[in-house]
Amino acid sequence: MISLYFFYFFAFTTILSSLFVIFANNPVHSVLWLILTFFSVAGFFILVGAEFLALLLMIVYVGALAVLFLFVVMMLNINFAGLRSGVAQYLPFGIMIGLVIFVELMLAFVPWDFKEETINSITAPINTTDTNTVALGKVVYTDYFLLFQCAGIILLIAMIGSIVLTMRSRPDVKRQNIMEQIYRDPSTSIEVKDVNPGEGI
Amino acid sequence: MPFFETNIGIFVLVLGQCLLVMLCVLASLAFIMYGERKVWGLLQLRRGPNVVGPFGILQSFADLLKHVFKEIIVPTESDKVVFFLAPLISFVLALVAWVVVPFDEGWVISNINIGVLYLFAVSSLEVYGVIMGGWASNSKYPFLGSLRSASQMISYEVSIGFIIIGVIISAGSLNLSEIVMAQKGNYGMLNWFWLPHLPMVFFFLVSALAETNRPPFDLPEAEAELVAGYQVEYTSTPYLLFMIGELSAVLLMTALITILFFGGWLSPVSFLPDGFFWMLSKMLLFFFVFSLIKGLVPRYRYDQLMRLGWKVMLPVSLGWVVFVSFMAHFKILNYARW
Repeated sequence: MISLYFFYFFAFTTILSSLFVIFANNPVHSVLWLILTFFSVAGFFILVGAEFLALLLMIVYVGALAVLFLFVVMMLNINFAGLRSGVAQYLPFGIMIGLVIFVELMLAFVPWDFKEETINSITAPINTTDTNTVALGKVVYTDYFLLFQCAGIILLIAMIGSIVLTMRSRPDVKRQNIMEQIYRDPSTSIEVKDVNPGEGI
Repeated sequence: MPFFETNIGIFVLVLGQCLLVMLCVLASLAFIMYGERKVWGLLQLRRGPNVVGPFGILQSFADLLKHVFKEIIVPTESDKVVFFLAPLISFVLALVAWVVVPFDEGWVISNINIGVLYLFAVSSLEVYGVIMGGWASNSKYPFLGSLRSASQMISYEVSIGFIIIGVIISAGSLNLSEIVMAQKGNYGMLNWFWLPHLPMVFFFLVSALAETNRPPFDLPEAEAELVAGYQVEYTSTPYLLFMIGELSAVLLMTALITILFFGGWLSPVSFLPDGFFWMLSKMLLFFFVFSLIKGLVPRYRYDQLMRLGWKVMLPVSLGWVVFVSFMAHFKILNYARW
């Protein structure tokens, strides 16, 4: 009963904050509302008993991704008023795309009902006495091990790709060699000279 | 049905527990601040605070009153809402983390299965107070300070995460109480995780210093180049909230070190009883170490800090995860306690 109230609370905040993501004037405010959206969605995860996923959502999306968003938005200093000026022109097109996605989602999830055998064949039976983390670990590292590794490799390739794209060798930049700095001693860095008064070196 | 099993009863009970822990944490922060300043005083051959109350013990309360009664100055061009949201966020997050910290067997508000993840999530959110505070001030110095501080906190979070994973693999649980109980054994302090995870204790200490912006990694407030970091424009109570948030995060890190590596409330020798006393004294000991470090070590340069985080801490802690999982899988040397 109480969980129902919480569901409505999270649903309300999710929808409201995601609306503010779109309608906020300041891009930084948009990102902050996006963070609130992530929070409310994490609340849904906790309501259905997936506390591990909820906290992963918080750590990965809120703790890491949204920080990057904030960094980018703060540094870029985009003129959003200028971008907004063409909104009337693009609005019908945007609404059309939104409608198409909405209809597709409805077609995909609403009118279908899966056979009992189908559900049994695509879902792994999970021991309900296990905690969330243990159950997830058992499934991910046994039945779906290959898929899990594939996902990891895709991420690795993406990471290497982004490094390759942004890396360029710049020979003219002065770099710090930390080891050289650490292992410096007085004999190589200080020279003591006797200076006669009034002469200079 | 007894009152404390009804919905309202549970609500009242949890609320009471939260208030109790909050009051205890805030009160102990006041005295810990005093103790820290005494330690620095001793290190620098000064007396430290010694005027307000006997031995100056009420100094923190005098500071509190001083801050609260000052005028709140808001920069005209600042983003007002975010400007006041930032200190609130850092204060609330610093307090919210304490709900999963077990002080003794069963002395925990919320004994959730994923306590470690919860603490990790909360400490990764603390970066928002810093970023929002720096940005909302609409001034160059706080903004630069907040960017520095945020990238520092993000960098060291990664290595903290890997170190925690190593301990989790040994303990076989994400529950903080179970991590402590996994360190219980016949040999007292030799059973604790500091022995099998010895190198990671030092790594965690360094990462914790960097994560909480403590010296030698207090670049956000490097006075020489940045005035005072992200809180330049803050005065009065908002500034105080930032300070309380930071100090509470430091205290939380001492609690985390105690729980992960030094057996929480367990007694160091097997013939003495376990209890809250041990937890408290271990936390105080680590806080003492933290304040000693603040007094003794010179500040890092920013590129050195980033190099240490990404080129030393990250690979070594990642390698340690591989090592621990190897040891745990083949059941060598009691690395796996499950």
